Amino acid sequence: MKNAVRKINESKVDEKKFRQIGRRELLKLTPVLALGAFAVPSLQEGLLKKGLGFSDWASARLFRSGHLAPTFEDAELTPFAEFPINGYDVDDPGVIFETWTLTVSGAVKKPGDYTLAQVQALPRFRQNTRHICVEGWDVIGRFGGARLSDFLQMAGADPTARFITVSCADDYYESLDMATALHPQTLLCYEMYEQPLTRAHGAPLRLQIPTKIGYKQAKYLTDLKVSHVLDRVGYWEDQGYSWFYGL
Amino acid sequence: MSGAVIEIVQAKGKNRDGEDDALVVGRAVYEHPFVVRLCHWLNTVSLFVMVGSGLQIFRAFPSFGAKIPQKDLLHWPRAFAIGGWLGGALQWHLTFMWIYIATGLFYLGYQLFSGNYRQVLFTHRDIPGVWPMVKHYFFFAPKPPVRDAYNPLQKQAYTTAIGLGVLSVLTGLAVWKPVQFSWLAWMMGGFHYARIWHFAVMWAILFFVLGHLVMVILHGWNNFVSMVTGWKKDPEY
Repeated sequence: MKNAVRKINESKVDEKKFRQIGRRELLKLTPVLALGAFAVPSLQEGLLKKGLGFSDWASARLFRSGHLAPTFEDAELTPFAEFPINGYDVDDPGVIFETWTLTVSGAVKKPGDYTLAQVQALPRFRQNTRHICVEGWDVIGRFGGARLSDFLQMAGADPTARFITVSCADDYYESLDMATALHPQTLLCYEMYEQPLTRAHGAPLRLQIPTKIGYKQAKYLTDLKVSHVLDRVGYWEDQGYSWFYGL
Repeated sequence: MSGAVIEIVQAKGKNRDGEDDALVVGRAVYEHPFVVRLCHWLNTVSLFVMVGSGLQIFRAFPSFGAKIPQKDLLHWPRAFAIGGWLGGALQWHLTFMWIYIATGLFYLGYQLFSGNYRQVLFTHRDIPGVWPMVKHYFFFAPKPPVRDAYNPLQKQAYTTAIGLGVLSVLTGLAVWKPVQFSWLAWMMGGFHYARIWHFAVMWAILFFVLGHLVMVILHGWNNFVSMVTGWKKDPEY
């Protein structure tokens, strides 16, 4: 702004000069046109992907391992009947409970098939937490299960591994950063409202992560892989959603 | 500095004594420093994208009540939204929010450190001047004398708009990160209410924009040009 004054250091300015100054000041605003890059079809997708990636990077920095999601009184719970059932494909992929196992692979000392009884033998935690859907609605539910961190310890997961990938009976797939996987409120959930998980809510085992958006909390788990690199990100992420989406 | 005044002259050649002769044809005042103009136009673009993509996000669940049963508040047409679908709109929203925030911080920092905030900040000294301006705008009273770039009512409107901008970021943070910023969400009544506040702040900003556009049209070309070049030709003061 001092420049503008220096250019006009006399109090009298010729008409032509004044128009010249106006044009120069207008040209100085050209950086605004850089935003027009977002309107160029060939650049748009890449730029938005970069923007979303930056948001994910910032989300991971904002995540604090020791910070707990708010918990609620029983009186604040959404009635079970009003807890939405949101699957990407079918409400019941027809899991046969008798033969169901969770197949663990990757950077673990004890890979193989784990039964529900083995998961349920781990200390059980129950929590009333808020479940938030990417669409914008939220409910408060009562969830019970084993800590994913306890399960990973039982399976002898490599503590330096960076990712957890899960596959589901309905062909859904998801992945988690290790920090979130080890968070004390991240559960391998097998009950809701102190009752065994229903088929529509992801029986026999689902992820319940109060620090993540809803679509990260995969249902009907069948496979769990611990890895150093991410080869499969997630169903919704592949459609264009954020990967980290921490709350 | 904003506030510098010049006289625009038409050269008439030399007079009888051999001095430059000039005819004064107008005056101009430097109202808007470069940073203010740059931020204004950057913000015009990012606010447009934030509102458009925000409305597309809202379309995914156009309600503030329960999911079951869902009672929709309004059906916003897809044609007046940005992103095409929820995932696309989130990409726009989560990209432009950084431009929106960076522009806002740059603007606030500049205004504070340059002292230029005095031009726009509504203070107790402006209070007596509000009512005469309201009477002029809405009840056909005579126009109070113009002394500065902004009259008291304008200062009140711009100060409010800047406050709303800050609130849009804070409520947005509470919606995006209700766990990491749980204290922020708590102050707004929890995630559920933070989402309502975020929506309400958007409408308040849109209300300001509507009034702003009406006033820009009413005040004519020279006034508009001043937000482009900084110089307002033939000001009323």
